Amino acid sequence: MLIMSILFYLFSFIMIGSAFMVVLSRNPVHSVLFLILCFFNSAGIFLILGAEFLAFILVIVYVGAVAVLFLFVVMMLDVEFKSLTSSIISYLPVGMTIGFIILSELMLVLFTWKREYVKIDLDIMEDQNLYTNTEALGLVLYTDNILYFQLAGLILLASMIGAIVLTVNHRPSAKRQSIESQVNRDSKNSIENINIKPGSGI
Amino acid sequence: MITISHYLVLAAILFVIGIFGVFLNKKNIIIILMSIELMLLSVNINLVSFSSYLGDIIGQIFSLLVLTVAAAEAAIGLAILVIYFRNKGSISVDDINAMKG
Repeated sequence: MLIMSILFYLFSFIMIGSAFMVVLSRNPVHSVLFLILCFFNSAGIFLILGAEFLAFILVIVYVGAVAVLFLFVVMMLDVEFKSLTSSIISYLPVGMTIGFIILSELMLVLFTWKREYVKIDLDIMEDQNLYTNTEALGLVLYTDNILYFQLAGLILLASMIGAIVLTVNHRPSAKRQSIESQVNRDSKNSIENINIKPGSGI
Repeated sequence: MITISHYLVLAAILFVIGIFGVFLNKKNIIIILMSIELMLLSVNINLVSFSSYLGDIIGQIFSLLVLTVAAAEAAIGLAILVIYFRNKGSISVDDINAMKG
């Protein structure tokens, strides 16, 4: 149990520190890299909690797709990021006010919350030893919650179509396949008989 | 002994850092998108810790859905960002006032 505590504090402190660096870093590339560090540590937290599948998905989807997408956009946009990092001080009072209000509200909720029982068995799902986490997740996801699964797929499809429609770049000069003209083509206007006399060129 | 309160405090701190990121970086919209990702991550930690605490796997299903929505939101947000930069040549939040909101 001690090793779990040590791992929890290690992961959570690195996670909070890297989250601060995401917000405060001057260079957005560094911000993205700290975001990746934060995701890795939260995958460690998920592993401690016994949610292995979500830890894998977090590394694969977040680090492999979303963070790399951020990295691509940051590196593709030709922006002077130096001009974007000024005037943190002017927004500090309102940000601090709202942040502390929300933090104090969360702490109030946390410390006035009456627990039903004090004994905490965080790896209760592993005690059953019937299924692994991934199997249990699949057994619930594909049967009782099939509607949510399909809705998630629909959301992903809509976002994919939206992203493609938004960023597609139609250039009039680019040569494209015109299926209509290909289909409407017939032998009358595409084959031409030319009578060439011997010895002369076309 | 790590109790569920530790996880909840961790998620609360991460959420507040995300809110700080949204409010303090009024210039750089990429940092704002990353802060939103941090906030969704903290929500995920909350859901998974309660799922583990209660022994109910439905919290992890919901966390999976939050993850899906976060990925979709990041894709759409970055697409809008790219198209805005292509049209206006700037991604500063102060310049995005075309709708006079």
